[in-house]
Amino acid sequence: MARRYKSNLTWDDVTPEHLYLNRRQIMAGSGALIGAGLIGGQARAQEALEPNTWEEITTYNNYYEFGTGKDDPARNAGSLTTSPWSVEIDGLVDNPGTYSFEDIMSEVEIEERIYRFRCVEAWSMVIPWNGFELADLLNRVGVQDGARYVAFQTANRPEEMPGLRVPVLEWPYREGLRLDEAMHPLTIMATGIYGRDIPNQNGAPMRLVVPWKYGFKSIKSIVRITLTEEEPHASWNVANPREYGFYSNVNPNVSHPRWSQASERRIGGGLFARREPTLMFNGYEEEVASLYEGMDLEANF
Amino acid sequence: MTAVQTVNSTLRKLPPWTLYIVGAIWAGWLFYLGLTGGLGVEPIEALEHRYGKTAFQWLLVGLAVTPLRQHLGINLMPFRRAIGVTAFFFVLAHFLVWAVLDVQQLSAIWADIVERPYVTIGMAGFLCLIPLAVTSNNLSIRKMGAAAWRKLHKLVYPAVVLASVHWVWLAKGFQIEPLIYLAVTLGLLATRFRPTRTRVA
Ligand code: HEM
Repeated sequence: MARRYKSNLTWDDVTPEHLYLNRRQIMAGSGALIGAGLIGGQARAQEALEPNTWEEITTYNNYYEFGTGKDDPARNAGSLTTSPWSVEIDGLVDNPGTYSFEDIMSEVEIEERIYRFRCVEAWSMVIPWNGFELADLLNRVGVQDGARYVAFQTANRPEEMPGLRVPVLEWPYREGLRLDEAMHPLTIMATGIYGRDIPNQNGAPMRLVVPWKYGFKSIKSIVRITLTEEEPHASWNVANPREYGFYSNVNPNVSHPRWSQASERRIGGGLFARREPTLMFNGYEEEVASLYEGMDLEANF
Repeated sequence: MTAVQTVNSTLRKLPPWTLYIVGAIWAGWLFYLGLTGGLGVEPIEALEHRYGKTAFQWLLVGLAVTPLRQHLGINLMPFRRAIGVTAFFFVLAHFLVWAVLDVQQLSAIWADIVERPYVTIGMAGFLCLIPLAVTSNNLSIRKMGAAAWRKLHKLVYPAVVLASVHWVWLAKGFQIEPLIYLAVTLGLLATRFRPTRTRVA
């Protein structure tokens, strides 16, 4: 069932990192590309994007369980034990239970997905994830009729996560998606970056990636997945509902009360980096706009 | 010699202008680090934060001058002007990084100042400090008269309060550090507004 989403990325799964880093014209997976495909073997140039470097992706993180500074997670996340790891899957599913990481991985197909990543703080990256479609896991455990949402929870281990000592948010960190968002082929569980195991500061061993939503929706180090009927608790939404909506779709027209979302800064441009316009649904409008047809995106931000 | 006397005599040997040099070198060094990767992969935000925090720290040192003298006998009076001007210099640098490197667009700069309360508040703090920086010279004191000058310079109190609210407001979630700065600010201000006369029982 995997590979429902096709981008015309031309590398294969084993591209070594130095090639990633040298390739200047890497294509980001995007709607434009799906529609256009390869024309006479030539990729369309308009969406050419270069992934951020390993260093950028792994040293500039928001992972408040390890501190609120951008460099705190890289410094502190080493203490997280990611093996053994298991995920409790419960709620409205046919086969609830505790699934080990290995068990989950044994039944999914790992793909490369190069996605734009847009933080609610108005910075962005392009990240070559490795992972599997969340739909494959959900289908495996059997989603029951009546389930309308998927709730996720991050590990909650104060002895390994020093940031949990500070009540920055209500711990454990929780997030949620509507079922159709969770089943969308763009939505993946990432387990790697650049073909390597995902580092702890990026959400090892398994994190959600929903590329058309602000980064905080893409919850890290998941230990629990619950299928529910009601809209689940989402940490930032609960902490400040005026500033962080449940949907939190990337939308340049709806500004955060404290800053504009119309533009963003790509990490990696140095001290004189120019701002770039932010794209509707982070550039994935063609794939996901239909999920929100008829919805007022300003009211449901 | 007591410890305080040692501190004071050491301070006396240090000409106040050394502070300007230290401040300028420090600001330049941070900028250089930003240029060369020393501030991490997002140097604009890092530089903005470093300048903002340094500005705040100098403002607090400035507020500490009087209580340090009154309560501990440590005399930083000769440095007070240099401390204040250095603080202003870092606020200015903070503002310039924000305007030129971060926001980049004149229309967006204006929009942020009027629409975003935490920026508005930071801006108000910055505006409070401008007349103080401009009058931080002997000529102004002479022209204005010491009393009027001292009165004007009380603007530093609202400036620091605005700066701490600015930071508390912009922090995401519940964060400790800006609250500590707010508490220190209020503590330093409290030393000034303590009743000087003992109350009649
Ligand atoms: C009284 C003068 C000011 C002081 C002492 C001050 C201090 C600070 C401090 C300490 C921070 C947080 C640094 C950190 O998180 O490490 C900060 C952030 C910031 N300040 Fe100021 N500030 C002042 C004025 C201004 C002005 C005039 C502006 C713009 C008009 C401004 C815009 C900002 C912005 C945009 C941020 C960062 C927001 C973010 O990271 O999202 N500040 N400031």
